[in-house]
Amino acid sequence: MLTKRIIPCLDVKDGRVVKGTSFTRLRDAGDPVELASFYYKEGADELVFLDISATPEGRDTMVDVVERISGEVSMPLTVGGGLRSPSDMRRMLRAGADKVTINTAAVLQPRLIQESADKFGSQCIVIAIDAKRIEDSQKPCWEVYTHSGQQPTGIDALAWARQSVTLGAGELLLTSIDADGHRAGYDIELTRAISEAVTVPVIASGGAGALEDLYQALVTGKADAVLAASIFHYGSHSIHETKEYLMKKGLPIRI
Amino acid sequence: MITIIDYGAGNLRSVANAVTRLGYQPKITSSVNELLDAQAVILPGVGAAADTMESLRALGLADPIRQVIAEGRPFFGVCIGLQVLFTGTEEGGGHECLGILPGRVKRLPPGLKIPHMGWNQVKQRLSHPIFDGIPDDANFYFVHSYYVEPEDKSLIAADTDYGMPICSAVIKGNLIATQFHPEKSGESGLRMYDNFIKLAGDRVR
Repeated sequence: MLTKRIIPCLDVKDGRVVKGTSFTRLRDAGDPVELASFYYKEGADELVFLDISATPEGRDTMVDVVERISGEVSMPLTVGGGLRSPSDMRRMLRAGADKVTINTAAVLQPRLIQESADKFGSQCIVIAIDAKRIEDSQKPCWEVYTHSGQQPTGIDALAWARQSVTLGAGELLLTSIDADGHRAGYDIELTRAISEAVTVPVIASGGAGALEDLYQALVTGKADAVLAASIFHYGSHSIHETKEYLMKKGLPIRI
Repeated sequence: MITIIDYGAGNLRSVANAVTRLGYQPKITSSVNELLDAQAVILPGVGAAADTMESLRALGLADPIRQVIAEGRPFFGVCIGLQVLFTGTEEGGGHECLGILPGRVKRLPPGLKIPHMGWNQVKQRLSHPIFDGIPDDANFYFVHSYYVEPEDKSLIAADTDYGMPICSAVIKGNLIATQFHPEKSGESGLRMYDNFIKLAGDRVR
């Protein structure tokens, strides 16, 4: 039986991890390679690296980072942040990433999804959707935002999720802007609506604060995987503890 | 020498990294002569079977692959590297593959999340040194939308439950191929490559 994936997410700026640097057990917790090895040994099912560098030099550094991580760990790696074209994606994939995630570029130019899926295969194209609940709507409704959650687009998240999959997305990385950073749980209603609307795997993201939140996203939200940053980085819960918890509650988990 | 066939597959580096981590120096090549000289071969793969076949044909590698397998040299196909060994695939409207193993490659049925993506258990159906030190039902990493249906069921070395049983490994003599990605499957995956390299014996060191 396919297991549910537990995925730590690391933000990298100019080659350094900028969140999750409070690991006292690590020699250099800002080193993405060392953190990747740490999570690999802890039993993470996959890793997501988001490059938040704002400069071309920072992006070049990211390619080198991905190469070094891929040389250290035998696990799936997803890389995103600032990827705009198939050639950007090709660099990351050749460096050892298994999947690339795109957000703003895909919304601005949906054809990019099709073009990159044709080139590299749907299985490595992850469309990241940042969605925000529309407060005054009759039925639950979410709007897609771009540019790191800053720019409203007027696009309905469910429609965009379906369109992304039609165009060739192999997976969706769904972040609730409302829940993100609050550590009060994922937006379960959003997660479930998207999971039920598409035939590809959905990774829930944004809002994990307690282990029960992950459980709810996987069960009630019907997500295939959960992504979290702070609960792992700041040591409130280890990957192993998280997985034991979910397994005890009856979910298929790889220990 | 372990030879990894380079036809532009996305996971080439990961496979090479895994072999390197085990202490070997793989040769990565798209040369026909180097392939024909190989003592053990890995055919990596990810993406679409039709594209892979097209690349292999364009590089003139289809016949040399048939030859090294026919000669019984240890050969490991990964994911698409498994699928292209069969007669043909439904993918992309139907394409002929290498035809080394009789059988078809079919799309996973509707109602399942496609691709089948993530860690799933590999149930061993044959006893073989490729599984040495790997527990039955160990988890391996999968990512695929098509699956193989061998005509000769005795070739099925392992299967995996994804709503239906999926053939996740085939073995025929020294030909081994898996639907999952050992290079992405942590310690169990590394162990499987190590077992494969040991099958090839001292020749590869």
